[in-house]
Amino acid sequence: MVAQLTKSERQVALVILLALTIVGLIFAGAGKDDPIGVHGFLIMACAIAAIFAVISASAEPEPSPERLDTYYDDPSKIGIVLAMAWAAVGMLVGFWVALLLAFPDLTFDAGWASFGRLRPVHTSGVIFGFGGNALIATSFYVMQRTSRARLPDQLSPLFVLFGYNLFCLLAATGYLMGITQSKEYAEPEWYADIWLVIVWVTYLVLYLRTLARRQEPHIYVANWYYLAFVLVVAMLHIVNNLAVPVGLGSAKSYSLFSGVQDAMTQWWYGHNAVAFFLTAGFLGMMYYYLPKRAGRPLFSYRMSIISFWGITFLYMWAGSHHLHYTALPQWVQTLGMTFSVMLLVPSWSAAANALLTLNGAWHKVRDDATLRFMMVAAVFYGLTTFEGSFLAIRPVNALSHYTDWTVGHVHAGALGWVAMITFGAIYASVPWLWKRDAMYSARLVEVHFWFAVTGTIIYVISMWNSGIIQGLMWRTYTPEGTLAYSFVDSLIEMHPYYIARAIGGLFFLIGTLVGCYNIWMTVRGEALPAATEPAGDIPAPAIAARQPAE
Amino acid sequence: MDSPHDTLVLVSKTFGLFYLIALSVAVLVYVYWPSNRRKFDRAAQAILQGEDKPWR
Ligand code: HEM
Repeated sequence: MVAQLTKSERQVALVILLALTIVGLIFAGAGKDDPIGVHGFLIMACAIAAIFAVISASAEPEPSPERLDTYYDDPSKIGIVLAMAWAAVGMLVGFWVALLLAFPDLTFDAGWASFGRLRPVHTSGVIFGFGGNALIATSFYVMQRTSRARLPDQLSPLFVLFGYNLFCLLAATGYLMGITQSKEYAEPEWYADIWLVIVWVTYLVLYLRTLARRQEPHIYVANWYYLAFVLVVAMLHIVNNLAVPVGLGSAKSYSLFSGVQDAMTQWWYGHNAVAFFLTAGFLGMMYYYLPKRAGRPLFSYRMSIISFWGITFLYMWAGSHHLHYTALPQWVQTLGMTFSVMLLVPSWSAAANALLTLNGAWHKVRDDATLRFMMVAAVFYGLTTFEGSFLAIRPVNALSHYTDWTVGHVHAGALGWVAMITFGAIYASVPWLWKRDAMYSARLVEVHFWFAVTGTIIYVISMWNSGIIQGLMWRTYTPEGTLAYSFVDSLIEMHPYYIARAIGGLFFLIGTLVGCYNIWMTVRGEALPAATEPAGDIPAPAIAARQPAE
Repeated sequence: MDSPHDTLVLVSKTFGLFYLIALSVAVLVYVYWPSNRRKFDRAAQAILQGEDKPWR
């Protein structure tokens, strides 16, 4: 990996790492009585390990100029491996917190093992660790192919990738120590936030530099979505995390916002995190990998552009549907509700565009589990956005808010849409990246597919049931006008569903582990011999669907 | 104009509406502009071939 860097890039890398070591040292010293001190040591340890890696490779010759005739795929490969590693960890912790809800005694009276600390490890692990790495890895792949341009340099993609993973690591370890600023999906504290800004701006600049090198006048639509993801996440992250730290030696900070403004800023962030992290980026993935794998152009390129602008402009105003019946002014709630309902149009046109692209390739969907992952993702995308628009209607939200229905919705989106499209994209790109004939085992992809689908269905249906029962129990009155059920009554009712949910999660986790094994074996397997390797980028047989299903 | 809140409401109810309509019209015109058709068709086809290596 370091061998791919030119001499001057290796020097710049050393300077960056040295600076990082010093920053770590400062935190370690200033924060010796605070959890931030531990993070200081962690930052130092990572930076020093990387310094060793760079130095030990310094004897290696510089990369040859011929490299410029190929795409730069190391960062995509590392990103995919990291994404799968985070998926395994994040989903394992997810299974654990699911068990905790069913069997609360499993905390063992340890602070770090309490639900409140483990839950964000799960959410950040899967959203940022798994989803984020997959987005970065595939965006590097897609931006290069669609622009027919190599990444402009070797260092900044690695900086983005490793810098981002350092952020994820700080986040996850921080939660276990109790570091949080209590903003959902934005829990990491000020120093991690500042670091992410640096990494993210580098990412944005890298993307723009690559696009600037393209030869095609038109930028393929997948890039629009990826770019919206990068750009808007930068904006959201900076605004929502504006805060004043207590001091250099303290992890704690105070938000610039308070009261209902704070709530609105947080859910403007939170909903657009759904929109631009969990939707726009993955739509970019879908608009590239699905047509590519199906071997057919997009059903309607025009429709993809209309949905793009629809999604970007409508989502921005929808966040207030998270704050129905709160101190937020009524008209802001109504605005959020209206925009959420309108959002159904571009969302469904994106889902329909994907499914219609498959017309004429349904035999491939039948035979090829990779393409089927993407097809199911599009279906769940349609389902989740319909549900979302429905939940955003104020009287519906009166029933669903605070219940497991929201959790069911989230996981129809996260498992059914985000994870499925990612697995599809990963299974498609692994053989292409490592120049293999195909995945190690097509049968194991099939196994993964069925575990994932079964797990998602068990999960989502149990949460729908549980949520609606909860909502109804909380609003049932006796003839005397008092509540018929106490909160604990509803909790007891939930118990079987929580067990079912854990089982669904276990299915999904097993599928992911099967995927990790399959990818590992593919990477370790033999590359196509150079003689038979086609001149092209993608090994020829990998595109044609050729798994014998019968 | 007595409070920032009132100003905000006014802006959303006036400018917000027209801005959204103008934007939708602009997008639709761009998408359906006849001479853009070729460009879009080409883009849709382009990812299916000729990605073998960077142009330089
Ligand atoms: C048209 C699109 C969508 C709309 C209008 C929408 C709307 C909503 C609504 C109304 C809620 C419940 C808020 C509450 O009662 O607290 C919610 C929660 C949520 N949705 Fe969606 N949704 C959409 C698509 C998606 C997608 C594709 C995902 C992908 C994973 C997703 C992930 C989430 C998450 C993570 C939450 C939980 C937020 C929390 O922690 O409270 N949504 N959404």
